[in-house]
Amino acid sequence: MSLKSLIKKIDFEKYGSLIAFVVIFIISSFASPYFLQLQNILNILRQVSYTGIIALGMTFVIIGGGIDLSVGSMTALVGGISILSLNSAMKFFGYGYWNEIMAIIVAVIVSIALGAAFGSLNGVAITKGRIPPFIVTLGTMAIYRSLALYIGKAGVFTSNSYMYPELGMGYFLGVPIPVWVFFVMAFLFHIILNWTRYGRYICAVGSNQKVARYSGIKVDFIRFMSYVIVGITVGVSAVFLTSRLNSISSTNGGSGYELDAIAAVIIGGTPMTGGSGTIFGTVIGAIILGMINNMLNMLGISPYLQGTVKGIVIIGAVLIQRKRTQ
Amino acid sequence: MDNNIILKTKGIAKEFSGVRVLNNINVEIKSGEIFGIIGENGAGKSTFVKILTGIYTPTEGKIYFNGKEVQFETPLDAQKVGIIMIPQEFNLINDLNVYENIFLGNEKKKRVFLNKKEMIRRTKELLTELKVNIPATARIDKLSVAQKQMVEIAKALAFDSKLLILDEPTTVLTRREIDTLFEIMRQLKSRGVTMIYISHKLSEVKEICDRVMVLRDGEMITIQDTDNIDEKEMVRNMIGRELSQIFPEKVAPKENIVLQVENLSSVDGFTKDVSFDLKEGEILGFAGLVGAGRTELAETIIGIRKKKHGKIIIRGKEYNIKNPAEALKHGIAYLSEDRQGIGILTNFDIPSNITLPSLKHYLRRILINKRKEHEKAAQYIKRFNIKAASLKSKLEYLSGGNQQKVSLAKSLDTGPEIFIIDEPTRGIDVNAKREIYFFINELVQTGISCIVISSEMEEIIGLCNRVAVMREGKITGILEGEHINEEEIMFHATGLKGVA
Repeated sequence: MSLKSLIKKIDFEKYGSLIAFVVIFIISSFASPYFLQLQNILNILRQVSYTGIIALGMTFVIIGGGIDLSVGSMTALVGGISILSLNSAMKFFGYGYWNEIMAIIVAVIVSIALGAAFGSLNGVAITKGRIPPFIVTLGTMAIYRSLALYIGKAGVFTSNSYMYPELGMGYFLGVPIPVWVFFVMAFLFHIILNWTRYGRYICAVGSNQKVARYSGIKVDFIRFMSYVIVGITVGVSAVFLTSRLNSISSTNGGSGYELDAIAAVIIGGTPMTGGSGTIFGTVIGAIILGMINNMLNMLGISPYLQGTVKGIVIIGAVLIQRKRTQ
Repeated sequence: MDNNIILKTKGIAKEFSGVRVLNNINVEIKSGEIFGIIGENGAGKSTFVKILTGIYTPTEGKIYFNGKEVQFETPLDAQKVGIIMIPQEFNLINDLNVYENIFLGNEKKKRVFLNKKEMIRRTKELLTELKVNIPATARIDKLSVAQKQMVEIAKALAFDSKLLILDEPTTVLTRREIDTLFEIMRQLKSRGVTMIYISHKLSEVKEICDRVMVLRDGEMITIQDTDNIDEKEMVRNMIGRELSQIFPEKVAPKENIVLQVENLSSVDGFTKDVSFDLKEGEILGFAGLVGAGRTELAETIIGIRKKKHGKIIIRGKEYNIKNPAEALKHGIAYLSEDRQGIGILTNFDIPSNITLPSLKHYLRRILINKRKEHEKAAQYIKRFNIKAASLKSKLEYLSGGNQQKVSLAKSLDTGPEIFIIDEPTRGIDVNAKREIYFFINELVQTGISCIVISSEMEEIIGLCNRVAVMREGKITGILEGEHINEEEIMFHATGLKGVA
């Protein structure tokens, strides 16, 4: 009665991910004394910020009843082209401090604009072509990766800039810049989801498209925009990924990102069927994935097994959701 | 224990987040009887049968089936002992055919392969027993609503059901189909099947049930033999007082015309050359048999269905409406007959449902002003007497009638000039019906013009200024004044009168 009824009373959609977070946090702190050190925690946050940023956009896609499998390949393609444009912009602007800043700004804009463009390709095929999102993004996953390989001749895109890594490696008030961006974007996306018309509409569309349509919502546009949004997050993520290493590999840059981004959303309590979800949950979900990886590393468990653990966590998260709704 | 009692409940109670919706229900249902349950919206009828079928677990109380205490954790547990519910919204898979649906989850096998022959044979047998003429291999989406219902019943029988629960089975049926259903129920009864029958149609309850239980606000008010209770008495028990006049006094509309529809046809052919006009402050009824094309006409007007030709003129100006968003912009709101399917979002709370089509009026710059939303919703809750645990209740926890009131508030909040209401009172009880009639009457007095599509003759006659009768996608006649009577409407609806 006592424990069972207590468990039944907990709203898993709201607090499930938070509880998992606390549990894993406590276990990790006991597992390794190193875990709680500030540098380690900052490292975890930096690690998760790349896929975490994409997961923020993915939250909208999944709430709207869709999925985007192409984000990993898109990261490589967007990252690659943005490095090429950085190099060309540097030639165009010439040498000098401000000239290089200008070039970097160009690269960032190109990256985000390309992300939005590739996202909108997905969105058009899904809404105008009436093709299931799974199929469309499976197709573009192959297309974007192949284009990245072709343009990069299956090698590594390397930037000629010395300043570009400052963006990905830099700190602001002692916290890595990508982490700042992740949290600021999370806050913005939270506002969009909960306090704007778009947020309300994407939930309505994911909950029941027919009701949404009869309520005068432009369902196709709302769904289309969710793919543009995830594209933009891919663009932002690609900037930080490429600038950290000052390069990106066309073969494995961003590979597996779709898995991590979707996993963060699902672990965060957003149902695969859409209709509701929280940005807060997604952030927690992303951090949980990072903590698990970190713990496995510290315990000296083979990195090859990390995928197994990740998979179990994803399936477990969905299992708990199932249990709750029954 | 009495062998004759198939189902007994003792002190059944149910609470949802602290709100008691059902209290101390004690019934003894005799084997082979048809047991009616009536009550207003939110009286607890659905909750009670959901407990009996294992969808909900009771907060308190015990259930005995065939003398043994039973506890149902899932609907499957209830099915195993032979309690089966025929829901209002059918649980059939449209893409499968009749026998596949009947044996879904219960397939007959020959080693590892499906024994299709045996399943088809058994299905034919069941359908013959029911004296219905449906091919065992017909696809579900090709069947009429009445036929689907028969398939549900056949499915229940295939499960060897001992207690069959029918929730509002007649709302979507024509009179002839209802007669067939009742015949089948009597036949099942003679074979010893016990039935629980939930309905708002009191005359039907009196006709088919042996005994009837009245619920009000979660309490059991009385259980009577139907021979000893008349409809008036039932109503008195349901609402706890005499029901005054159910329809408001009709108000004459103004002379100016707000909506003209000329020769409207849809691409899919469900609407054919329909012309009519709607005056300001008028209630124009649309009568006809199920499938006459009334809903399809409404959907063509609001742009869900593609227009082939014809004009839609609003206050003298012609518009080409391509989707519901444009219809709303031009002041036409449509309230669907299919509440759960296209009316409301069950996982949204009351305010977000109401403001969904009118959200742009609740913005402060780009952010939603939730306080304003909640204030507005609170006003509607008061105005329509919506019963809910709280403002933040999700719609799935509201009863059908209260959901309907929320849909009404939702459409109304768009500030429509023309309000198309499709089956405004389907599946809701007398008292809520009356509230909705008076409410529609209030609306037209504020200058809103209403089109009411209804299959309930009484409603059409009692409420409307004029009545358009449809048959096979065409209007066969527009009746006024003393011509609005049951006979005239039926003549036009069946094609005995008017040009079809």
